[in-house]
Amino acid sequence: MALIFKCRRIVGGSGLGLSLVTRQPINFLTMIDPETGVIHDVEHDLHGRSLKSRVLVFPKAIGSSVGAYALYSLKTKGIAPAAIICTTTIDIITASACAISEIPAVDMKDQLFGSLSTLRQGTWVQVDADNCRIELIKKY
Amino acid sequence: MTREEEKGLKGDYGETLATAYRTLVAIGEATEAERFTNIKWAHLSGVNYNTIGDGGVTFLDRFSRYTQVKVKTTINPMGYDRTQPNKLSENFITKQTNIVNSFKRLGAMPSFTCIPYEMFSVPRRSRVSFAESNAAIFSNSVLDLLTNKESALSALASAVTGKAPYSDLRKKELRRAKLSIKPSFSPKSELDWGLLGYFAGNVNNDDSCINFESIPQPDLRRAKSLAAAMGTSGSCGMFTINDGEDTKVIDYEPSDANSKMDELGTSEDGDVIVLGSPQLGINELSYLTGLLEGRRFRKPCMIFTSRVVHREASRIGIVDKLAKTGCAFVCDSCSCLTPLISRKETDSIITNSIKAAYYLNHYNNVAVCLKDLKTITKDYS
Repeated sequence: MALIFKCRRIVGGSGLGLSLVTRQPINFLTMIDPETGVIHDVEHDLHGRSLKSRVLVFPKAIGSSVGAYALYSLKTKGIAPAAIICTTTIDIITASACAISEIPAVDMKDQLFGSLSTLRQGTWVQVDADNCRIELIKKY
Repeated sequence: MTREEEKGLKGDYGETLATAYRTLVAIGEATEAERFTNIKWAHLSGVNYNTIGDGGVTFLDRFSRYTQVKVKTTINPMGYDRTQPNKLSENFITKQTNIVNSFKRLGAMPSFTCIPYEMFSVPRRSRVSFAESNAAIFSNSVLDLLTNKESALSALASAVTGKAPYSDLRKKELRRAKLSIKPSFSPKSELDWGLLGYFAGNVNNDDSCINFESIPQPDLRRAKSLAAAMGTSGSCGMFTINDGEDTKVIDYEPSDANSKMDELGTSEDGDVIVLGSPQLGINELSYLTGLLEGRRFRKPCMIFTSRVVHREASRIGIVDKLAKTGCAFVCDSCSCLTPLISRKETDSIITNSIKAAYYLNHYNNVAVCLKDLKTITKDYS
């Protein structure tokens, strides 16, 4: 059974992947290994997990403004997320990086569109940014 | 959007400008801007090869071949000081040079500074687009400039279009805090103010403004430290002091400061004293010269500043005085994220900067001994 959420389109396009979910914000410059796309910050709850081809579900980016280049670089190496969902209101670092890298991006606008708190790690998720639609495909 | 903006987005002025407009539109959507506004000044980050990598080098090389900046544009520090001998790899120097050439082609000023607000005249109450987080926060909070806390790529898009979304901190009515932090004690040194800023960035997950209640107005050194630390840990773009009507209040206790100190102060001592994140301005160099009067550092001390500030300090005799106390200057670069400080060369450093402490711990893998500047000069000279 699929479950559908509405969301806000920030960068258009569509992305399908397994969810990678965290409630912690991410500093793209310092927390991710630029060669592998793996989160290498030992204090982050996604430590050891790779962003590659995942639908990243996280609150927002924090810290360095250069984090936008870090995300763009992952795209050029083929190790970027398939799509990004910000569970709060999307930040400028993430929005600008996704626009330049053509990574579909949506946000829940501070839960205006509901909460994804029940979404588990490793669920198949389809993000259809153009139609403001998130589909959780696998029963969760 | 105006007709000109529509044409830019459609690609009538080329694919590069279309990319810039697409970026601005995405941020406009995100921040619910009704329109774009003209900006007077863009300050760009992403100048250091150590941070933007090969992806960034290629992107800037291509981007700069098809467009130029439309407004005054200054740029952040790069990875090293070109005028000094170094042991950096040939690859680093080649790629860093490529980045510098791209910014030249774009028409940006080769300022290589993270404190543009101390080096250029400030068009008060104007809308600007600043990427470097300490510069955005300091300029919003102290200088009455109006900017969102931009990313390296959004500020670049604003530089080449001369426009930015008219939203959030660019709108006067949205420059009010919803959250206040109320210390139960008075922060004294610049390090105390940095710890407070780091705490604030951690608790406030909002891109707007935060208020500090019941504390004195910080001077330039303390405000810089506060802004830089806030930018390091969080996403909020402005602070106010004692302007917290109708805000939610969070207490800040000595134990909060201690826990941040434990998190970032990862060493009891260090091999090298590192000052300048953000880069030191004339004001701080004069203060340091006063503290070191008649003394000499027993450990090597690196001071990071801009070339323009160095020239001015040299003219008024400060550079000579500091050189006699054992300080060495590094220009055009910054203490965090430079390959000049690495685990290969040094295990641990001493600094008064929260921003440097965070990046050296997390990025350069160097342990950090945190002390305020007065204590550093007392303990090591």
